[in-house]
Amino acid sequence: MMGADSPAATVPSQAAVASRAGGGDVILRLRGLSTSFSTHDGVVKAVQDVDLDVMRGECLGIVGESGSGKSVTFASVMGLIKPPGRITSGSVLFDGVELTTLAPPAMRALRGKRMAMTMQDALTALNPSMTVETQLCEVILAHDDEVVKLPRRQRMTQARARAVEMMALVGIPSPQSRLREYPHQFSGGMRQRIMIAIALACKPQLLIADEPTTALDVTIQAQVLELIADLRASLGMSVVLITHDLGVVAEQCDRVVVMYAGQVMESGPTAEVIAHPRHPYTRGLLASMPRLEDPTAPIRPIQGMVPSLINFPSQCRFYSRCDRRQDACLANIGLRQHPDGRATRCLFPETAP
Amino acid sequence: MSDPILSVQGLVKHYEKDRSAVERLLGKPRMVVHAVNKVDLDVGRGETLGLIGESGCGKSTLGRTVLRLHEPTAGTIRFDGADITTLEPKALMLLRSRMQIVFQDPYASLNPRKTVREIVGMPLLIQGMKDTAQRDDRVHAMLRRVGLRDDQFGRYPHQFSGGQRQRIGIARALISHPELVVCDEPVSALDVSIKAQILELLSELKSELGLTYLFISHDIAVVAHLADRIAVMYLGEIVEVGPAREVMQAPRHPYTRALMSAVPRVEALGRRQRIVLKGDLPSPINPPSGCKFHTRCPAAMPRCATQAPTALSMNADATHLAACLLYDASARASGAPEAGTAAARFSQKEPS
Repeated sequence: MMGADSPAATVPSQAAVASRAGGGDVILRLRGLSTSFSTHDGVVKAVQDVDLDVMRGECLGIVGESGSGKSVTFASVMGLIKPPGRITSGSVLFDGVELTTLAPPAMRALRGKRMAMTMQDALTALNPSMTVETQLCEVILAHDDEVVKLPRRQRMTQARARAVEMMALVGIPSPQSRLREYPHQFSGGMRQRIMIAIALACKPQLLIADEPTTALDVTIQAQVLELIADLRASLGMSVVLITHDLGVVAEQCDRVVVMYAGQVMESGPTAEVIAHPRHPYTRGLLASMPRLEDPTAPIRPIQGMVPSLINFPSQCRFYSRCDRRQDACLANIGLRQHPDGRATRCLFPETAP
Repeated sequence: MSDPILSVQGLVKHYEKDRSAVERLLGKPRMVVHAVNKVDLDVGRGETLGLIGESGCGKSTLGRTVLRLHEPTAGTIRFDGADITTLEPKALMLLRSRMQIVFQDPYASLNPRKTVREIVGMPLLIQGMKDTAQRDDRVHAMLRRVGLRDDQFGRYPHQFSGGQRQRIGIARALISHPELVVCDEPVSALDVSIKAQILELLSELKSELGLTYLFISHDIAVVAHLADRIAVMYLGEIVEVGPAREVMQAPRHPYTRALMSAVPRVEALGRRQRIVLKGDLPSPINPPSGCKFHTRCPAAMPRCATQAPTALSMNADATHLAACLLYDASARASGAPEAGTAAARFSQKEPS
């Protein structure tokens, strides 16, 4: 399926990237999304004023360090924010439907069926006391119209057949027998595959993959990323790939959104953002990575730490670590869209070389 | 290597899995985990040796066994010329001031009930520095060096971020002026920008204090950045070792090639053709026969299943070794596929 001798990989063409960046067909649109958590110490604005678009069929990368709000943004999209957290403002449009005001039953009908999310840690996301079969069939029985319309007796048989099919699709050997096993009997890479199988069971239009490979070794990471890319191509779905690894984004994603401390700092076509980063944070992130191509090149870390977001003042969130900061940065900075399909949240961005 | 500070020969570390009384009565065979298998390795004075491999390949066990944190099952460990394989506890304790370790998990490796000052001062206290004022002087200087502020010295580990805790772990390792430091995945738990800060700190300290690092990591880009030489481990064995640049740019062992090609690269932009290994790491309880990599190897030959490869020299001065039958001249003599053709067949699968 993903052997070494598979034909040369597909490189997204410049034209395709440009057409996607230039509007196209949006499946998910976030505007001004803000999510806060009330704590004893104050309000944490974990996600603030996030604007982003996911095009149909594209792979969008979301990059940021821990605490940058990447996971909370998409937990908000999926309606998974529980008190003390809440979405304070903004809109989430999925295929034309506003999700922030959607009634819970309608949201349940949508979630898992038309959009699905895989969680970072497969071992905690899967239920340890249920077999893989039970967990896979649960989704199919809840959402798969083909299965739901069957007479009750045939439903389970059909759901099992679909579960076997999904296990085979994600490349798990001997799916029939392995279905009856529990999550702890699988290796890390296999667990991640099972989560992907559950997420894809109803052929969603949008897959949100939250750090799908962070806990995995590079050789297994390569397997899982190939799997997601192959499935995206064959099922024609959109993928949001949340990661902290710019290398993964560079290889997998058409466009990238860079987040820091709960805000979008920069977004645009991956090749351009990596070649010519405009935001000082993106630049710093790229400069602090050791490169395999040039291992002797010095790395330049970004000084300081991610600020605490409790009662964070209204100013540029990267101010304390920025090498271009000026007094004007102590105001609320908006995300500015550029005509070339890129956006930056910076008053003094790097201009074109 | 003219003057290795650490020299390991035929090092073996096996763990026996517990059997219950019932299992023993029923005659269930002993289950032995082959964590480290006949490893030969030298670490030169003042160099950084990077040790890479996937989780479960035995790299951490190797790092801990050379420090005698784990007792070796067989083999010899020489530190600075002296055999320390069977050194008794008292002498070992004194030796520990010369060899230290920085652990991976900055959350689990610091005692939550002790202040930073106590944690970092502990090695000195154990080495017999009873005078508190004298000890605190050393501790404070070291903590300042790793980037902590004076008002933080009395705090507890939970009051620090992951990056700061790793700084504390580094201070604790370096306080006794060691010569050899085993860094066991010191930056794996850290974010990109913090990781870079810690890597910078580790390189600065190395040149300031003349340290030797055995740097264990699964992050190949990090190892490539720091290491002078690189050793690649697979299922308890070292499959390739050589100068960092050579191993990175011209890897010889099929496993190293697959590993290198699997690392996502920022420059790549778009999916590259890569060697994707099939399947997972086999269990170290019943490791495959012959070459342990043959079950996943894209260039495997029939004889790989039966014959265990030995380390062969890959360059003129024998500093680059790989343990693979592709380069074994006797393979050609015995009528097996021509090594040259096998290598050529394999190299076609390299990323272009």
